[in-house]
Amino acid sequence: MGQINNKLAANAIVWLLLLTAPFWMHWVGGYTELGSRVLVMALAAMALNFLLGFTGVLSFGHAAYFGLGAYGAAMTIKYLVPSTPLAILVGVLVGTAAAAIIGTLIVKLRGVYFAMVTIAFGQVFYFITFRWNTVTGGDDGLTNWTRVPIDLGFTKLDILHNPELFYYFILFFFALSVALMTILLRSPFGRTLLAIRENERRARFLGIPVERHIWLSFTISCFFVSIAGALYALLNNFVDPRALYWGLSGNFVIMAVLGGMRSFWGPLVGAVIFVVLQDYVSSMTQNWESFIGLLFVLIVLFFPRGVLGIVRRKVAS
Amino acid sequence: MSLLQVDNISRDFGSLVAVSGVSMAVEPGELRAVIGPNGAGKTTFFNLISGLLPPTSGRIVFDGKDITNLLPARRVWRGIARTFQVTEIFPELTVRENLRIPVEGAAGYRLRPWLSREVAQEMAARVSGLMDMGGLREKADRLVGELPHGDQRATEIMMSLALKPRLLLLDEPTAGMGDQETYDITRLIRRLHREQKLTIVLIEHDMRVVFHLADRIMVLAEGAVLAEGTPDEIARNEGVQAAYLGKAA
Ligand SMILES: Nc1ncnc2c1ncn2[C@@H]1O[C@H](COP(=O)(O)OP(=O)(O)O)[C@@H](O)[C@H]1O
Ligand SMILES: [Mg+2]
Repeated sequence: MGQINNKLAANAIVWLLLLTAPFWMHWVGGYTELGSRVLVMALAAMALNFLLGFTGVLSFGHAAYFGLGAYGAAMTIKYLVPSTPLAILVGVLVGTAAAAIIGTLIVKLRGVYFAMVTIAFGQVFYFITFRWNTVTGGDDGLTNWTRVPIDLGFTKLDILHNPELFYYFILFFFALSVALMTILLRSPFGRTLLAIRENERRARFLGIPVERHIWLSFTISCFFVSIAGALYALLNNFVDPRALYWGLSGNFVIMAVLGGMRSFWGPLVGAVIFVVLQDYVSSMTQNWESFIGLLFVLIVLFFPRGVLGIVRRKVAS
Repeated sequence: MSLLQVDNISRDFGSLVAVSGVSMAVEPGELRAVIGPNGAGKTTFFNLISGLLPPTSGRIVFDGKDITNLLPARRVWRGIARTFQVTEIFPELTVRENLRIPVEGAAGYRLRPWLSREVAQEMAARVSGLMDMGGLREKADRLVGELPHGDQRATEIMMSLALKPRLLLLDEPTAGMGDQETYDITRLIRRLHREQKLTIVLIEHDMRVVFHLADRIMVLAEGAVLAEGTPDEIARNEGVQAAYLGKAA
């Protein structure tokens, strides 16, 4: 009973903080765009963790589908139609479709091999955007486009010029994704994923078609990461090949592990720490990368369950 | 007609012949024990029947259909469930969740993103029934990985039963257990056999358990069948006594 109450309290606190963020962010030295960036990265890290924490499969190539979502959205606005919802839709379709295809090729691999092949496929997409100058803008990125205000008929949402409004726009997609992930993870399907994480052999000999379910989990995970990617492009009004670079995949993994990959909110906590630190530390020192690397190593060494893992143990005892 | 028929099956590991031309027919409702010294090929034999390993040669027929080339999960769907010599469970999940997964799977809900209230209640009731049968009620919400060995073994057996199998393969269910636990498990297996008429193939090294439970016994030695018969016949078989029972007694 106590555990259920703790969970409810944690959920209430998280949603309250997220809903009120634009009002208190500047008191703690933040700004609204920073909050938006946290949300986008948190969604990406939670999406990755659907696969990593709840299926037990490590992907080091999720930036590819994040980036495809971003390019899909940006190119839709730049070349096809000036519509933000359509941009997101196209980005998500492109990212998810690519994941569904790549997924069929890699579901038989496990552990390090899976991780390495996801990197390899991710780098393929990276080089395509890097080289295909005329369409993607190459190394300079895709510029000269912006997200488009949304016309609801009775009112117009100016998400382009109103950063608070755009924060809530992102929060809307974040909440939708989180709700969907929660439903999936609490369902019989979600439990088959836990079964695979816990003991693949046992799962198989309970009649679970392990490869099919890993493929589903990978594709679903990339569906959510491509939503994050599309929002990321809209947030920056810009996208370049770094959105697909494997280093970014590594950052998603770091966020999940930092916060605690066995906790549902762990990657969110990890994303807050990561994005905020990146913002502060990179303004003070050039060695941002080594700083976060060191922090990561320390956490993994001393708190293998991540920040939320420590909190949970304190609450339990 | 036999429920399970294994025809002349073999399996090599390099130059080692772990199972060599073994045939076995198990009738519906039968409890068959497989015994033999360590390294005789008993576990490998189970691995072939359950699909963990492909055979080098030979054929497996279940319920009149050739299953030699089926994937493990598909054999489970046909009704073959197994436990392992080294317990295979979901250590960081509770007993309840360990049982819920196969209960929902057997009911065909593996891909469901949600369950109706009635169905969820029905699933919970089945899980409760299994926990009662396995004596796991008090530990329902404990993590299986933190329970004593005996409870872990019991959980694994109940997980297999949750699949409503037509054939249950048990690989040394009493291995590493104390007297009381061995007694409990033996009683459970006997109940499944007598009351539910479940067909069971049992690998077991404890001869008290084997002679107490088995309808028929197959003796393996160095991968081949040394003898096969009723417990009385096996007890009287001189070849078996020399090769195996003499040492065990
Ligand atoms: N996967 C494997 N690879 C190589 N050798 C194996 C493998 N599995 C079993 N063996 C060998 O096959 C023989 C039979 O083993 P096993 O079937 O486990 O015997 P038992 O269960 O009767 O003790 C042993 O010599 C064992 O070392
Ligand atoms: Mg064995």
